[in-house]
Amino acid sequence: MDLGFGPEFDGFRAEVKQFLAENWPPADGDYKSKENERRFVLAAIDRGYLHRAVPKRFGGSEQAPDIARAEIIREEFTKARAPSGRIPGTGKLVVPTLLEWGTEEQCAEFIARTLTGEMRWAQGFSEPNAGSDLASLRTRAELVGDEWVINGQKIWSTGADRATHMFMLVRTEPDAGKHDGISYLLVDLRQPGVTVRPLQQMTRLPEFCEVFFDDARTPAGNLVGERGKGWYVTRSTLKHERSGIGGLTWSLSMMRDLLKLARETQRNGKPAIEDPRIRTELAAIDGQLMSLTYSTYRATSHAVHDRDVGSFSTMPKLYMTDLAQRIGKLARDIVGDDFVDMSGPGKKWIERFMISLSMSIAGGTSNIQRNLIAERSLGLPRDARGGSK
Amino acid sequence: MNFLLSDEQLALLDALRGLLQDKCDPRHVHEIFDGDGSYDAGLWQAICEMGIPAIMVPEELGGLGLKLIDLAIAAELVGEYAAPVPLFGHCAATIAVALCGSAAQRERWLPKLASGEALATLALGEGDSRWLPGEWEIAGEARLNGKKRFVPHGLEADLFIVGTASGLVLVEKGEGVAVERLDGADRTRSLDTVTFADAPAEPMPGDEASVARSIDAAAVLLAADAFGGANHCVEMSVEYAKVREQYGAPIGSFQGLKHQLSNMALAVEPGRGLYWYAAHAWDELPEKARHAAAQAKAHLTDIYLQATRDTVEAHGGIGFTWEHDTHIYMKRAMLDWAWLGQPEKHRLRAADLAGW
Repeated sequence: MDLGFGPEFDGFRAEVKQFLAENWPPADGDYKSKENERRFVLAAIDRGYLHRAVPKRFGGSEQAPDIARAEIIREEFTKARAPSGRIPGTGKLVVPTLLEWGTEEQCAEFIARTLTGEMRWAQGFSEPNAGSDLASLRTRAELVGDEWVINGQKIWSTGADRATHMFMLVRTEPDAGKHDGISYLLVDLRQPGVTVRPLQQMTRLPEFCEVFFDDARTPAGNLVGERGKGWYVTRSTLKHERSGIGGLTWSLSMMRDLLKLARETQRNGKPAIEDPRIRTELAAIDGQLMSLTYSTYRATSHAVHDRDVGSFSTMPKLYMTDLAQRIGKLARDIVGDDFVDMSGPGKKWIERFMISLSMSIAGGTSNIQRNLIAERSLGLPRDARGGSK
Repeated sequence: MNFLLSDEQLALLDALRGLLQDKCDPRHVHEIFDGDGSYDAGLWQAICEMGIPAIMVPEELGGLGLKLIDLAIAAELVGEYAAPVPLFGHCAATIAVALCGSAAQRERWLPKLASGEALATLALGEGDSRWLPGEWEIAGEARLNGKKRFVPHGLEADLFIVGTASGLVLVEKGEGVAVERLDGADRTRSLDTVTFADAPAEPMPGDEASVARSIDAAAVLLAADAFGGANHCVEMSVEYAKVREQYGAPIGSFQGLKHQLSNMALAVEPGRGLYWYAAHAWDELPEKARHAAAQAKAHLTDIYLQATRDTVEAHGGIGFTWEHDTHIYMKRAMLDWAWLGQPEKHRLRAADLAGW
């Protein structure tokens, strides 16, 4: 067990710092420019700092797994407020799925351009009548010549109005069983057969969309995995959606923001952070966050060394959801009276209070997550009606 | 960088698990629990022969010279089996002697504590939530007067490490030491009230930082015990849900109970990383150690007590009986929760230590 950075890493940290000093903020000072960000990310990939698990031929930096180096990079990039290279939204799910299931041609076509932000992805899983029971989906695709022709409707597709592409589940074998008739397709959304309609969320922000397919087309070669085996490809997508590292970074930043709010908000004539009840709850949340942090380290170490991590593997998503809701509630208590004012100083936290609810729905509801933990990690009997397949 | 147990650590756990499986089955724990309040001497001797109390004693004084993480993973197993042995008080006191004792005190006591020939305990609590350095009011250097409460296995102890207004002192059993057994909830780890009346005492030279470090180690050991117990409660409840049938099906197939069990597992399992980290920080990252120990003690003992309550619910009527194991774990959880101060106290300390 070794969580320290021994002297052997001092040199590496110095190199990372040197790289950042030379490359960020950009020479023209415009750190909001997309072009500057793109150039920085490419330079960081070139140096082996970002997208370390992605092979070089697909635009990554192809580095051996090394938790210490990855952690140093994360720390130094965060300190410098440099772009993290994280693929926004659900696009981050495409890369690991393609690496696991895609052909050489698919990886070459899609991964590099996703890493640079040129391709932006939306997920096409849920349908109006296929939510938790995702395998009952009805959007169809038929192979006509060398193209798939797609008809149907997807919903709750975050960012589809800004996306260029969608990875989606469609029914291709209408006569096969429920799970066996599904295929996984990659589709360019910029075509006449696709209509995207944003839906306004309770936060007032239009984050997710309905997407209608009316004889939309995609090349036959954009099928990922075997025809009719899309369900199994999806399982790995969902596994990535539920895994910890990205969520951990997000949770840590929420905690930093919450501390800032507690320091800057007055409560009974003193900063809220000095109120013993607020202080105790902050520490309790921090205890939960530390548990998540070090269990994630443990899980990553186990993966790198091919050891079974045990029941934690099904837990990060639900744990983070609980954590986000606990943070949301404490922020509510600190915001106090202003909790009714959508344009007031508590605006961000009112939005987050609501957004934390969406976490218990998106990517598999919390109740589905509980089924997963019960059936996959605890070995309890499957639900008679299909459970968590 | 890695966050894994080494092969040596896994081997230690295998050996200790084998011993506990052999000598500490639930029926046996119940026998001790229903006995006179003393611990299981045979099991304790076997644990000592395996070298567990020697783990953190330096090699030149008859120990293994290992780390807190090694002792903490052993404490987790002892918690998992609810083993009725004085491991906690003895090992916490041994660490205090190693860190705060004079050369003479260390040479005199550590070999005997490592082998288990002598039994030590930690006398910290004074009531009114006074558990920590700076809170102790009992005073005296060459002669000690006053009362300590909630002392683990004081009746059987040969050596008391006592927290006083001027630091830790060492008191041997005998002259001026009166021990009265508490009607303890946790009868696997009896607690006593110890009254010192002009008891001969030897101040220990350890400075404030060493005393604090000794207390932090005790907090981590409680957290490790709590994780072991809580994890066992999850396993016990899950196993019961697989075999108990109602409405013609295992109750574990019903979603209501499934979700309760998932929530229990979700509360407990991530705590493993926190207690590992607290032990590791104590060993290797001194600037993080105090905060991590406070967080681990608060979080794990809170989780443990709740897990035992959920376990009773998951078992139905049988879980509320004296015959079942559930109450033994609940009472161990009560001790872990209260000893050294309740979670709220440690959360407020953690907030201070984090510089909030």
